[in-house]
Amino acid sequence: MEDYQMMLKAYQEAGGTPDIFKDSKIAHLVVNQNKVLGSRSINGLILTAKEKEGGIDVDLRVKEGTRIAHPVHLCFGILPKEGRQEIKLNAVMEKGADISILAHCVFPNPIKVQHIMDATYILEDRAVLKYKEVHYHGLTGGIEVIPQSKIKVGKDARIMTDFLLVKGRVGRLDIDYQAEVDENGVIEMVTKVYGHGDDEIRVKESGQLFGRGARGLIKSRIAVRERAESEVISELRASAPNARGHVDCIEIVQGEARAKAVPLVHVLHEDAQITHEAAIGRVNQKEVETLMARGLKEEEAVDVIIGGMLK
Amino acid sequence: MLKIENLNIKKDNRMILREVNFEVNAREIYGILGPNGAGKSSLAYAIMGCNDYQPCEGKIVFEGKEINNLSIWERAKLGITLAWQHEAHFEGITVEDYLLIGMKKMNRTEAGEALQNVLLDPKAYLKRKVDTTLSGGERKRIELAAIFTMRPRLAILDEPDSGIDILALDSVVGFVRNLRQRGTTVILITHRADVAKIAERAALIGEGYLVKEGSSQEVVEYFESRCLVCPQFR
Repeated sequence: MEDYQMMLKAYQEAGGTPDIFKDSKIAHLVVNQNKVLGSRSINGLILTAKEKEGGIDVDLRVKEGTRIAHPVHLCFGILPKEGRQEIKLNAVMEKGADISILAHCVFPNPIKVQHIMDATYILEDRAVLKYKEVHYHGLTGGIEVIPQSKIKVGKDARIMTDFLLVKGRVGRLDIDYQAEVDENGVIEMVTKVYGHGDDEIRVKESGQLFGRGARGLIKSRIAVRERAESEVISELRASAPNARGHVDCIEIVQGEARAKAVPLVHVLHEDAQITHEAAIGRVNQKEVETLMARGLKEEEAVDVIIGGMLK
Repeated sequence: MLKIENLNIKKDNRMILREVNFEVNAREIYGILGPNGAGKSSLAYAIMGCNDYQPCEGKIVFEGKEINNLSIWERAKLGITLAWQHEAHFEGITVEDYLLIGMKKMNRTEAGEALQNVLLDPKAYLKRKVDTTLSGGERKRIELAAIFTMRPRLAILDEPDSGIDILALDSVVGFVRNLRQRGTTVILITHRADVAKIAERAALIGEGYLVKEGSSQEVVEYFESRCLVCPQFR
């Protein structure tokens, strides 16, 4: 089977729909290790990828005022058991652009795999970006994933990021997202991860709300079981009038797993406000007992609760 | 159907139920009245088998079998369930999925009908999440709908009227009657005399003791004349 077909098969197994790559209205990029297997730009959106040793450089630009009707599909992966992939992504949403991106990162059989995503997102004024990244790392756990993003949100612009790694093993995950938000800009960063075995999860997300009326939400939902460990650092800094932010972290711990949460909240202006809430520990007993009173065993109830939280 | 024999419950080194005895007959609506803090909810948790509410003395007998040592889910499998006074919220779980959890045979049509039974529009609610975006009254009704879909043999309803506006009280009363009509025995915990009157019989709990048992009319009158006028019970 050719690499492209194998990649699509892995993509499908990870929950993707390969048929979208045939649709001429949908921009996409499919990459195995450092090989570009498929790519399409569409009117108003330029997507270029350049192969290099150990990875690729990707440029994505959405023209001013362009609203892209269908989500752009990105599929990154490493099919062999060993390999390294470094992706440098530069994305620019020009003024008033509006786009959704759905990225699938697929590593079906990793024994010694490293995936590094070094991304920059620039949202010019009034631009909107919804970015969803779904990972599937198989069941072996021999993988290290390091997603790093620097995000600039212009005036009245909005970005919503959604990172999901809830099926299969995690391996070692080290997320580092940093955002700066200008006047009336909005950032919402949501991360959901389920760690098993000896997975290591580190999530660091920070937002600088420096513009008047800037808004920020950092939401983390992490579940760890067996010997997995997680550390979540969520930082919001509000330094302008009417800047508002909220940090919301839930980590559920089972078995010998360990979890740590560090909310960092800085308010540097008297008219700014940031709130935070965090709950770390076992599944809420009342939720468990409620489901048990519907006839579920305790472990089934816990699975339902964690499944809902990570959905 | 349910027999409570000399039930004593201790929590945090304090007796919260003492020497409680009563029986509930099959397909009966049995009221439990009492002021706040009397031990009504503790009794419900004990019958359901919740952690921290295990009897230190006495027996809970369901259909002739002592169930003291059964877990919550084992009691649920026997047909006992509980609608909590303060319901839990579930992030990411839709109302539809929540209603399906307790059904013996999953039936999406019946989930919609259960919502209609508590005056909620299925189109508006089935895909909503059972989370904190629901108001207290909405969450309460969804809990009652979940009880309805379970078709339990014994439903313990802990203050199903709390958080429900006065205009909707009739719907709660109608719900309880419907539940009984479907063959469910109901233990109805309330401190609203007008709701308690739909029960055939009732018991009054005060400071952990069963103070009085009789027809709901008698118990409600006793409650109104002795408890509600007593400042310590307000």
